[in-house]
Amino acid sequence: MITTQKSRVSSLFEQRKDNSKIMSLFITAGYPDLGSTVDLILGFEKNGADIIELGMPFSDPLADGPTIQYASNVAISNGITMKKIFEMVKEVRKSSEIPIILMGYINPIMRYGMEEFCRDAAECGADGLILPDLPPEESTIISESAKKYNLDIIYLVAPNSTDARMKKVDDLSSGFVYCVSVTGVTGARKGEEVAKSVDRFIGRVNQYVTKNPKLVGFGIKNHEDAKLIAKQVDGFIVGSALIDTIRKNYPNNDWMQNVLSFVNELKYGTKET
Amino acid sequence: MTKYSLPDTNYTTQKIMKYTAPTKEGYFGKFGGKFVPEILIPALEELEIAYEESLNDPLFQKEYHDLLKEYVGRPTKLTYANRLTDHYGKGKIYFKREDLCHTGAHKINNAIGQLLLARNMGKTRIIAETGAGQHGVATATACAKFGFDCVIYMGAEDMERQKLNVDRMRLLGAEVRSVTSGSQTLKDATNEAIRDWVTNVENTFYIIGSVVGPHPYPVMTRNFHRVIGEETKEQLKHAEGRLPDYLVACVGGGSNAIGFFYPFIEDEDVKMIGIEAAGLGADTDQTAATLTIGTPGVLHGSLSYLLHDTEGQVQLAHSISAGLDYPGIGPEHSYLFDTKRVHYFGITDQQAMDAVKRVSETEGIIPAIETAHAFAYLETLMPLTQKDEIVVVNCSGRGDKDMKTISEWFS
Repeated sequence: MITTQKSRVSSLFEQRKDNSKIMSLFITAGYPDLGSTVDLILGFEKNGADIIELGMPFSDPLADGPTIQYASNVAISNGITMKKIFEMVKEVRKSSEIPIILMGYINPIMRYGMEEFCRDAAECGADGLILPDLPPEESTIISESAKKYNLDIIYLVAPNSTDARMKKVDDLSSGFVYCVSVTGVTGARKGEEVAKSVDRFIGRVNQYVTKNPKLVGFGIKNHEDAKLIAKQVDGFIVGSALIDTIRKNYPNNDWMQNVLSFVNELKYGTKET
Repeated sequence: MTKYSLPDTNYTTQKIMKYTAPTKEGYFGKFGGKFVPEILIPALEELEIAYEESLNDPLFQKEYHDLLKEYVGRPTKLTYANRLTDHYGKGKIYFKREDLCHTGAHKINNAIGQLLLARNMGKTRIIAETGAGQHGVATATACAKFGFDCVIYMGAEDMERQKLNVDRMRLLGAEVRSVTSGSQTLKDATNEAIRDWVTNVENTFYIIGSVVGPHPYPVMTRNFHRVIGEETKEQLKHAEGRLPDYLVACVGGGSNAIGFFYPFIEDEDVKMIGIEAAGLGADTDQTAATLTIGTPGVLHGSLSYLLHDTEGQVQLAHSISAGLDYPGIGPEHSYLFDTKRVHYFGITDQQAMDAVKRVSETEGIIPAIETAHAFAYLETLMPLTQKDEIVVVNCSGRGDKDMKTISEWFS
């Protein structure tokens, strides 16, 4: 069972057609409430999501802007726990094979126990990990356990990463490489501004990250941004803009429909649907 | 309970013949490291190189030490506390007078050092976090002296508690940004400073105020403060012709304590005691006694003891002193704690405030509430000392900034 899991991410990229981009969506587990996370994930998939990045909330998310800080705080107040996150993934797996990457800071994982965390994450059907405060330097504390349970570890590259650093990240990563489009914390920015500086960065990424597929994230808030910024890579990641949309609509009666139509437009654009 | 019991008279320390921590990866035993977003890795590597170069750069060293002498006012005095000594009627008590440093606390030793590095690295903008405001004031002061833009992040609650220091920072030309997330204290101010750094990494230097954060900050900050211990050793040799028996210092992140202890680590007969803020008591949830009740975890870029719940969510620390209510502690303290080279104890708000009064009345020195935690431990330690023993307390800062809290407490 474990051996089939790794292939979810890689087979996704193998099957990607040149003219389509992979869309990965970030959602904080337990936001806006504990009961909605599974429905949101399944709804995202129906509306074009290819990968889910499921955020494991932490009290001190120092790489995140105000939006994800807010969602993390709400989720923690809602009583989210690691066990509940695993239950959510298990629930999704009853009806979906969408790749699920768990994303979060290292301290809650360390507290759970590295080995136990990797074992339980794999067992419930998660496919990989993104750990924003665990650079390659420190990754040995979890990399063996992750490998043992066939969990991909996705590392990040940023515009200020050196060429050598990009190569190193490519060597260590499996699944894909996360390209941070701008230096800064997560959060919505003007798409045109990001696009202006991103070309040179992505040029270097394409030169030095050659083993893994590449997704670009940070600052993408609509279909147009995504098309512009992800032009030269395999796909894109949206997080804060999605959470902002939930925040704007929740708990109105039609909040879920509005969020899902946002997702649909994100993938396909308004004209193409 | 062992960590709370009185030290026995056979107070033993683990023998450390040669102390070489940290490793080049920034580890003190299993503590330390660089747990930061990828964006900060190039900045830390650049800083490591600049810092290493500064160690062997005679011009840098001369400029730094000249500033300590002519601007900070070093060496600070070692004062014999005769009335406090008489009060206990046991060993002799000395105070290392960091409260006499320009700006009123030890923090400026480090702020000046890091600012010189920032200038040499071509950075044009300085940011810092502050709890009690002493590091913020020290950084704002250094920035004024060298003409740098300066932004200080401070928790909204701390801005209230330490209003005087907020006014001082603003007068010195710094922008003080109020942090309203989380506990609105030092932990959250540090989060915001790191977010600023991640965003403005190209032109900005982050002056961290304690021996916390990712490598090389803990070792760099320690070494900018080691002058405290080096002077103490020299001055006590002159006054008494020998080493002290006990060193006592307060510990939040732990910068004054490390600077004080470090030059004595290989002197195995010198017993060292770090004093944490126990708040309302280490057995309550209103505490900042990280080593007493915490477990290892990662906060603000390094692995160290931490106050966090079973889900790994960081807990809010409490202490009456804004400089000690931090849920983490410098990684080197965690290492010295685990190896038992330094012993750590908790002091409550009440005990600390009693000590503020006692030291003010017997020695004519109004200590910062942070510092008073160290003085409060004398109640426990002094009865166990012999007449011919010597205790040195690091008087890390003066209490002017705390007058509002002190007046309210005693009224």
